[in-house]
Amino acid sequence: MGMIVELGHFALILAFALAILQTVVPLVGAHKGWADWMAAAGPMASAQFVLIALSFGALTWAFVTSDFSVALVVGNSHTLKPMLYKISGVWGNHEGSLLLWVLILSLFGACAAWFGGNLPATLQARVLGVQGSIGAAFLAFMLFTSNPFLRSGFPPFDGRDLNPLLQDPGLAFHPPFLYLGYVGLSMAFSFAVAALIEGKVDGAWGRWVRPWTLAAWIFLTVGIALGSWWAYYELGWGGFWFWDPVENASFMPWLFATALLHSAIVVEKRETLKAWTVLLAILGFGFSLMGTFIVRSGVITSVHAFASDPERGVFILLIFAFFVGGALTLFAIRGAAMESRGVFSLVSRESALVLNNVLLAVASFVVFVGTMWPLLSELAFGRVLSVGAPFFNAAFTPFMVAIAVALPIGAVLPWKRGRLGKAARSMVGVAALAVALGALTFALQTGRSALAPVGVALGVWVVVGALTDLWQRGGRGAIGLRLRRIARLPRADWGKALSHAGLGITIFAVAAVLGWSTEDIRVAQVGETFEHNGYEFTLTGVERVQGPNYISQTGHVEVRRNGDLVALLDPEKRVYPAAGMPTTEAAIDYGLTRDVYLALGDPQDGGGWALRTYIKPFANWLWGGAILMAIGGLVSLSDRRFRVAAGARKAPAAATPAE
Amino acid sequence: MRALILALMLAATPALAVQPDEVLSDPALEARAREITAELRCVVCRNESVDDSNAEIARDIRLMVRERLVAGDTNAQAIQYMVDRFGEYVLLNPRATGSNLVLWWSGPILLVAGLGLAALAFRRRRAAGDTAALSAEEEARLREILDR
Repeated sequence: MGMIVELGHFALILAFALAILQTVVPLVGAHKGWADWMAAAGPMASAQFVLIALSFGALTWAFVTSDFSVALVVGNSHTLKPMLYKISGVWGNHEGSLLLWVLILSLFGACAAWFGGNLPATLQARVLGVQGSIGAAFLAFMLFTSNPFLRSGFPPFDGRDLNPLLQDPGLAFHPPFLYLGYVGLSMAFSFAVAALIEGKVDGAWGRWVRPWTLAAWIFLTVGIALGSWWAYYELGWGGFWFWDPVENASFMPWLFATALLHSAIVVEKRETLKAWTVLLAILGFGFSLMGTFIVRSGVITSVHAFASDPERGVFILLIFAFFVGGALTLFAIRGAAMESRGVFSLVSRESALVLNNVLLAVASFVVFVGTMWPLLSELAFGRVLSVGAPFFNAAFTPFMVAIAVALPIGAVLPWKRGRLGKAARSMVGVAALAVALGALTFALQTGRSALAPVGVALGVWVVVGALTDLWQRGGRGAIGLRLRRIARLPRADWGKALSHAGLGITIFAVAAVLGWSTEDIRVAQVGETFEHNGYEFTLTGVERVQGPNYISQTGHVEVRRNGDLVALLDPEKRVYPAAGMPTTEAAIDYGLTRDVYLALGDPQDGGGWALRTYIKPFANWLWGGAILMAIGGLVSLSDRRFRVAAGARKAPAAATPAE
Repeated sequence: MRALILALMLAATPALAVQPDEVLSDPALEARAREITAELRCVVCRNESVDDSNAEIARDIRLMVRERLVAGDTNAQAIQYMVDRFGEYVLLNPRATGSNLVLWWSGPILLVAGLGLAALAFRRRRAAGDTAALSAEEEARLREILDR
């Protein structure tokens, strides 16, 4: 048993040594034109993945078997914990999450080796070399400051349990998705740096970079949506986004990945915006690293916690400075040489995508400045202050509104040279519909804020705009003929329509939830019925329930509408004795047009229980829209030209087990 | 014994954000209180507003805000009252004064700068595109075709 942990530790050390080789050998090989040195990169990347997978497997084994001789297991596990959370406990902590990080990094590197057979040999070698150097840096960070395999001196009988907030299915899968996204952006970064070294960016480069960026973007989208959904049902008051530094750390790379996705299209189709796209690829991964720094160093939570234990934070900062600083220096030297001659008119798809990029990049910088401002302000001006949701809502929202307004028109503009009047005319009906529905909503809701009606108008504008674009792509003729033409459109066009529609739905849902939610806070007596927003609630009882590693007070509530039973909901308050921490488990009746959301509070002195009920209109549409965006990405990823580009599969020279 | 400890722990669980006994009977006043407390930071928490927080101090601040409003304070006065006690740190919506102007203006300024740079690059591109649209290689190829 103990052997397995030692083997995992050993595999990690080997992986570190191999990562250094994977950096040096292919880069030197590509520089000198030595084919055999370049060819070594692929097998090294495969072996790197196998070694880190072994190491990860060993740590998982230690968690599953509750091996309390490993300090990390003691700190984050418990014998009574359900199996799912024993496994998710592997990455529910600093050291384990880093191991997951490098595992995914090596997986992407291996994928570039397995599926990159049609890349020019020097480009592939350089991509793998850069990828190897990132791996080496993070493996060093783990081995020297955050080793997951350290032993505990005196193994205790039981562990201290995983933070109960993390013992949740939504949060079990949230980090892996986020990391697949963060780390996936390393591929775009490696391609960018490799292209800078090569001194060449062309349409083919854009076609290689786009699927990786798209994949990373899909994972980030799903990861962020999962995290937001988790906050919604777990934290007990139905908030879905808090502009917390940790959330912002995932949101900034997402915004950059979105921008990169769009500018890579321009590189691919029009061979222009090359330097800008390379810069975006560097910044996208740069913000991923920045996010890792923010989350892992604790610098944002408290400057003082960082100052008292700066080892880890300084190490990540050095990694960040090396890679981002190095890449930007390379860009400053080589970037200008890539500028292309592609000419386009001010009114064109290219210009629309430039506008998209400027808005997304500036929005991301606003989030960045807001996140870092408390730190900067304290260090530079001695002014201790907070920057919270009210700032971000005010400073960030205008950019999203501008993007939503510009999107449907920009999406139908032709490449190279378009006529604004023509594009606008095709969308006049959509605009009229959006404004009319917004106005109707405003009239019907009497006296509430204009937020939701504006959301309705924007949502309709973006969703119907995306559908209209598809419809017009069907050309002229009978409806059947048009539909057949639409069905035959490239998958990328479908992906675009789906993702844009998903964005519209999310915008609508955010506005609807914020504008129309109602809340009721009261002391509910057992047996008593009260009314809230058209629903009748009856607390029928509260009982004590023993869970596997927690105790809960479970309330039973009947929800009726006009006397008909809608749902039986059981909101809980839990205590996890090993971690000594309480959690609320809200009970939610999910619905298409509204969620009924219940959270149980404390028993009151005069009898009865504090009970909070919320009606949250269209809450599900929020995550539905995000998932639709991700599905659009998947559909686009399955487009023929990517399959063709990724086609020429050749087996890696040294066959290594993939599974 | 174990059951007793657990019972005590259950009893000691922090209250969930706004409690029924805090709610003011005047709905207009209560709405204002909620609006204010959503913009005040729970000073011991990690990025949580007083309105959302379970902490003891958050409850104290919520009650204080309501006291001030009942006593006739305007929203601005009630917020200033908290700033006097807890410092600027309590504000989730940082004031647009002094060095904070950098924070508030960074977005608009960056947007103008970004659009300006894009416009500049666009004009330069056009100028270059008009004069040197073809590379030497392409010129040679063109001549070849024309000479044929």
